[in-house]
Amino acid sequence: MITCGCDVGSRACKVVILDGDKIIGTAIVPVSEDSAESAERGLKAALENAGIKKEDIANTVGTGYGDIEVPFANKMLPDMTCHAKGAFTVNPKVRTVIEIGGIDSKAFTVTDTGAVDKFSRNEKCAAGTGLFLEQIAEVLELKVEDLGRVSLEQTEELKITNQCSVFVLSEVISLVALKKTVPNIVAGIHAGVANRIISMVVRLSPEGEYMLSGGLAKNAGVCKELEDRLEIKLADSSTDPQLLCALGAAVLAQQ
Amino acid sequence: MIFCGCDVGSTAGKVVLMEDNKILGSSIVPSSAISEHTSHNAFVEATKENGIKLEDVAFTVGTGYGRAVIPFSNKNVSEISCHGLGAFWCNPAIKTIVDIGGQDCKVIRIDDTGKVIDFVMNDKCAAGTGRFLMEIAKAIGYTVEDLGTLSLKAEEAFEISAACSVFATSEVMNLRKQKKPIEGICAGLNLSVAKRCQALVNKVGLAPKFIVSGGVSKNQGVTYYLEQVLEEKILPIDVDPQLMGAIGAALFAKRAYEKQDSGKARRRRDK
Repeated sequence: MITCGCDVGSRACKVVILDGDKIIGTAIVPVSEDSAESAERGLKAALENAGIKKEDIANTVGTGYGDIEVPFANKMLPDMTCHAKGAFTVNPKVRTVIEIGGIDSKAFTVTDTGAVDKFSRNEKCAAGTGLFLEQIAEVLELKVEDLGRVSLEQTEELKITNQCSVFVLSEVISLVALKKTVPNIVAGIHAGVANRIISMVVRLSPEGEYMLSGGLAKNAGVCKELEDRLEIKLADSSTDPQLLCALGAAVLAQQ
Repeated sequence: MIFCGCDVGSTAGKVVLMEDNKILGSSIVPSSAISEHTSHNAFVEATKENGIKLEDVAFTVGTGYGRAVIPFSNKNVSEISCHGLGAFWCNPAIKTIVDIGGQDCKVIRIDDTGKVIDFVMNDKCAAGTGRFLMEIAKAIGYTVEDLGTLSLKAEEAFEISAACSVFATSEVMNLRKQKKPIEGICAGLNLSVAKRCQALVNKVGLAPKFIVSGGVSKNQGVTYYLEQVLEEKILPIDVDPQLMGAIGAALFAKRAYEKQDSGKARRRRDK
């Protein structure tokens, strides 16, 4: 049976097409203001990637942030449910999932069947979200996807004292004025993001393996800070971590 | 005998010169990146018309965010104490001060002598501070002053659901895209600041009479909504509320000078 998972996030729309336990098509497209249009565009790209037609899909689960709309979905499910299922599908030993989204961040524990157990979520404050990192990247004239690589060239540990995104941006500008290097500043920012996430994680008294889901899992700097500070090793994902939520949706569409 | 209060804030530097309980000169200048310059500029501005020189000043107290680096100050006092004493000097009936500054917000409770008995402060998050308004005003191409004046013309305030400055900015950009009237958006932003302050007020309680000090006190939209949400009128005062910290600092300068002087006299007597 061919199923589809469509995850419309705040920044990108992710689609996974699944045939049994094999991923046959994927797509990551930027979102527009119109979530329905973004979903359709994502689906079209994934169908092309898989080389199949819309009619070949037996069932679709839609998910995403807030009150988004996935017009072709047979069912809508909460994003955390899909993240949990996706991470569990690629690695059944995963018991804790951390997801840093565009405008929120969350940590949750996963049961031995891949369902969400306990969770903690920040959606009130931009600190520790993808949007925050985008703003930092912009100020430092970097691309957000380069932050991870740049931070690995760190030579000095800088402590960012502010939490609020607005104040951190000013702090970054003063650090630049103090001739602190960009890699050191970015690493300091990543440490701050990791600390925010860790304060959510410890509340869950987590066990088992950890996995980072979502686009930020591609940021090696954040991964490193999380691993160092939690004294853990993040589980590898064979699938692009940004697709895990859509994958979970496609798996849930089979059931 | 002239006393000086110098309040170097994150956004503005203020100087007040006092003699015999009267204000001889005052100034409000924008803060520069270097606090020493801010304090100097503010002093020069405050003495432009009265010709007072630095050597005429008997004692200076520095306060505010940049108080540690004011070159001509003899002593530092926290801005919380200064706002308290300044408000008490303006009117002894004042018991609560809501100070909304460029980068923080404080609610200060004072007793019958102007002494601080309780306070609460938010300096962790830009929400509910002048910075919140500045950031969003900049994003939509208006000045902070516009936010106050436009807000008064609003038919209704659009509620901004996000407290976070960053999320509120996106929310406001969306409202602009939907062609919502700017007046209602400005009113919504001022209401948001008022609500954040209300949350702080609730922590220490509101004892009437109350005033609003700090730079944001000049935004009539914020003061309007603050009166609404707190269900209490702001006591009118006849000095610029942005000067409150500097006034308190000048009053502390007088106290410190007199204490120092009586100490000297005592030492002379003891000899």
